[in-house]
Amino acid sequence: MTNLSPNLRSNLFWTVVGAVSAILLAALWAAPLLWALSTALRPELETVSAEFHWLPRTWTLDAFAKTLAAGNLVRWLFNSALVALSVTVVTMAVSLMAAYAFSQLRFRGRGLLFALAMLAFLVPFEALLVPLFRTMNQLGMINSYAGIVLPQVVSPVVIYVFKGFFDAIPADFREAAVMDGAGPLRVLWSVYLPISGNIVWAMAIVTFIAAWNNFLWPFIIVTSNDMMTVPLGLTQTYDAFGVRYAQLMAAALLGALPVAAAYILFQRKVTQGFLAASGLK
Amino acid sequence: MEHTDIAVTAGPASARSPRREGLPALALLAPFLLVFLLFFLVPAVETFWLSLTESSLTRTNAFVGLANYATLVRDPSFWDALGNTFYFSLLTVIPLTALGLVMALLVNRFVRAQGWLQGVFFLPFVLPISVMTLIADWMLQPSSGVINHILGSQRPWLADPAWALPAVAIGTVWWTVGFNMLLFLAGLRNIPAEQYEAAALDGARGWTLFAHITWPALRPVTTTCLILQLIASLKVFGQTYILTSGGPFNTTRVTLHYMYETAFTQSDAGYAAAIAMAFVAVVILLSLLQAWIVRWLARRDA
Repeated sequence: MTNLSPNLRSNLFWTVVGAVSAILLAALWAAPLLWALSTALRPELETVSAEFHWLPRTWTLDAFAKTLAAGNLVRWLFNSALVALSVTVVTMAVSLMAAYAFSQLRFRGRGLLFALAMLAFLVPFEALLVPLFRTMNQLGMINSYAGIVLPQVVSPVVIYVFKGFFDAIPADFREAAVMDGAGPLRVLWSVYLPISGNIVWAMAIVTFIAAWNNFLWPFIIVTSNDMMTVPLGLTQTYDAFGVRYAQLMAAALLGALPVAAAYILFQRKVTQGFLAASGLK
Repeated sequence: MEHTDIAVTAGPASARSPRREGLPALALLAPFLLVFLLFFLVPAVETFWLSLTESSLTRTNAFVGLANYATLVRDPSFWDALGNTFYFSLLTVIPLTALGLVMALLVNRFVRAQGWLQGVFFLPFVLPISVMTLIADWMLQPSSGVINHILGSQRPWLADPAWALPAVAIGTVWWTVGFNMLLFLAGLRNIPAEQYEAAALDGARGWTLFAHITWPALRPVTTTCLILQLIASLKVFGQTYILTSGGPFNTTRVTLHYMYETAFTQSDAGYAAAIAMAFVAVVILLSLLQAWIVRWLARRDA
């Protein structure tokens, strides 16, 4: 050990420092969810007992069962699934068609229109809440699925990513199909879409996660408990369950499960999608 | 949809003339233009228009010119809220960027644990905001919370004027740092391995490698990260609203919270629109200023 070269010793030093920080940070980052799980698996009385225990003394699924039975959680999960799926499907359809037109078709006002669409990057959605609510109110869309979904389908980021992808596809691809007399929608569907599968899936999953997690817009547009999505509903759990921490943690974990599962299943796609959306890849 | 099909298949498309492609383009763009107009452009213009009026949530009563803005500049509640927003940004932007970099370096360094490490760091980012706030609230409970148990204290973190906003900031760091880690990871993977190999042959190691290769190469990513993070931090609302409702004593009432209250509890849509306009101006100005500072620093160092 004593005759290690300085180079190796330095490497060893940095490896040890790195490994220790990696383990500490990972433990710190996993801790809140693990603690929530440990809380959710105990009887309610144990959460407020004066004695402190890291693990449940009595293990039970009671809190999960009560949460699912008592509150509106199942309804919120259904609402979230419906809303997130609708937002994803509509956003993909709308954005693919628009991106294809911006990328492959020549028409007057193209540059101006694209610049206008990208303006939406600059103005945060938060600034539109008041007029959007007033409009929705006039249209009678408060507490409706359409009201929750529609404002979320305007996604300049997705158009920007798809346009960039289409721009990079060699023009011969399209010309061959156009020669055969295929119209733009056919070309998009049967030539461009098949080779864009990867990026479309990545953006779809990211859009789904973002829509599932959207708190602000449902918070504004939904007032009835039955129409709430998971992120909004979970803020009402104090009213539903009272201050019962085992049940609250069970609700939090059940609300987290669908997106956590989506991430774990499609880790690579999620990563790719978020990077594309940030403009870095 | 049907309309699109008809328009698109009408006439054989062949030459790439603007006239030939104008109609299909319009058909393909129509759905986007419709939602863009209804849910972005019109509300954006309307925010400006509303800010010049005296309006409630349901009706517009009178045009008042710049009166709302005159009130705004003399409204201490607005400046307090803006101050809280800046304080929150100060507490989050640099830590979130620095920690994102550290996590990316660690994930990149330990190849065998890469999947796990990256997953653990990134997972909180994909969770709904209220999952984070529910867990944070439970951990920060004065009597039965795990944080007080570890520290041996009884502090009511979220009801303590000095600690409420920092506590929310810490929860936010846990929740969102994964995204920044991802940006830095992408940056790291773009650095050619040959650069390190060449420097290692010259005897460079550890810190020297980082200072001379990694850090300069990550400059563009760091800039992107700082700007995206600043914008995200300025837009804070959900965390503080859910965890503290703006309290104690309004110490966590941020700009968007004040706008929300003005519009939806006071039903003063005109004034809320003026707050929204000021907010947009602040976000744009600060992002430009930050981009300018970062570029100036880069040029000075070059």
